[in-house]
Amino acid sequence: MRHIVLVASLLIAATAPALAASEADFKAAYAAADAAEKEAGSLRNQWLTTETTLKAAKNAADKGDFEAATASAKEAEALARASIVQATGEKDRWKDAEIR
Amino acid sequence: MASTIRVRAIANGDTTEVQALIQHPMDSGFVKDAQGAVIPAHFIQQLSFEHNGKRVFLADWGPAVAKDPYVKFAFKGAAKGDELKISWVDNKGASDSTTAKIQ
Amino acid sequence: MRFVIALVSAALAASVIVSAAPASDAPDPAADAEAFRNYFVTKFPKVKLEDFVNGPYSMNKDMRRQWQEKEEFPPYEFALEAGKEMFAAPFKNGKTYADCFENGGIGVRQNFPYFDAKQGEVITLELALNRCRTANGEAPLSYVKDEMASLTAYMAFTSRGKPFDIKIPDDPRALAAYENGKRYFYTRRGQLNFSCASCHVQSPGERLRAEILAPALGILNAMPIYRSEWAGMGTISRRFITCNSQTRAVPEEAQSEDYRDLEYFLSYVSNGLPISGPGARP
Repeated sequence: MRHIVLVASLLIAATAPALAASEADFKAAYAAADAAEKEAGSLRNQWLTTETTLKAAKNAADKGDFEAATASAKEAEALARASIVQATGEKDRWKDAEIR
Repeated sequence: MASTIRVRAIANGDTTEVQALIQHPMDSGFVKDAQGAVIPAHFIQQLSFEHNGKRVFLADWGPAVAKDPYVKFAFKGAAKGDELKISWVDNKGASDSTTAKIQ
Repeated sequence: MRFVIALVSAALAASVIVSAAPASDAPDPAADAEAFRNYFVTKFPKVKLEDFVNGPYSMNKDMRRQWQEKEEFPPYEFALEAGKEMFAAPFKNGKTYADCFENGGIGVRQNFPYFDAKQGEVITLELALNRCRTANGEAPLSYVKDEMASLTAYMAFTSRGKPFDIKIPDDPRALAAYENGKRYFYTRRGQLNFSCASCHVQSPGERLRAEILAPALGILNAMPIYRSEWAGMGTISRRFITCNSQTRAVPEEAQSEDYRDLEYFLSYVSNGLPISGPGARP
């Protein structure tokens, strides 16, 4: 009996953070991703993958699946951040590739 | 409108080499346009080449042939100056034909 | 006394080095073009200079044989004929494209793009054609669709064999446009982290899936092209946009400033190589 309780509580512990992904979480994650993507846009270096991941987040949210929506939004933010790193890094580094 | 068929037929001794390029969308019926609507199938079903009223080449085509198809073949028995008639019919009933002189 | 002279000469030497360093960073398009050409000529000693305009066919024998057979009956013929008709057809106001161009638009492809001092921007052939339309009260054409490709195909055809003759006038804005094009060419972008140079400088002749990459030298000379992959014609705009999306970068608008500057840079470094468009590519 004690054994079962332990398993059950472990299960609850495992699912608890997932249950926490609410609409508010999604909105926050999406806003962060959107802001990062806009910043990438100002550097004229957006990625197609960021755009599709953002769209996927929105679609999932429209269906009420905030779990998946939040995950996608976070991934989109990571992608957008990577594109910003790329753009800032290439600001001068392109000169190394130049034929002289 | 200009003809949809370009032909070049060159006689070399006994054999005549024919090349033809036909302008046609050759839609397979499986492709969607930008709005996601299926583009209906539209393709050449029969292409024929006639020399002096005698058919020397006949192609039964289907939707798997590429856009603006190109054909090349050779046949015997024609001479320089002879006429070669080329015609096609597609699955919507449209057709075109042209005549070329063998060079 | 001798000590002083030594000091002075040491100072002089130092000042020479100091002034030389920024000089090598100052934009020098002529030196760039020479280095650019030398790079390809050294990398591909067997390829004749004027053959670079034939892109992948200059790199691969088998493809070349297929292409030569294809050229007997080229797939761009229909576009060429359509372009010729469109070019001659008058606008509603009775004028034609010929009125917008030097020499009636015949044999002028090699002069595009050029830097327009009045408007302070790079004018490509595609842009000039659409400006010509709007100036005559016609709606502009799409930059990637068949009509624009047909028109440029015809204009390239009448200019075949003429060497690219791109000029960079003594104008800081023109130089800035050239530099911006160069920056765009070498800058990595997209999730796959590719620059234009990654493929067309570092790997021409290599395969990218089933394709053979074309060298950047002379890459625009064959434009516009009929691509079997597209089952149709494509303009320079279309080529740039597709290249960008293939690296998973969000492409810019057709004829954006970056794209025009890029075309300016690429055409300039190919100066002297003959126009060979329209081309056929797999």
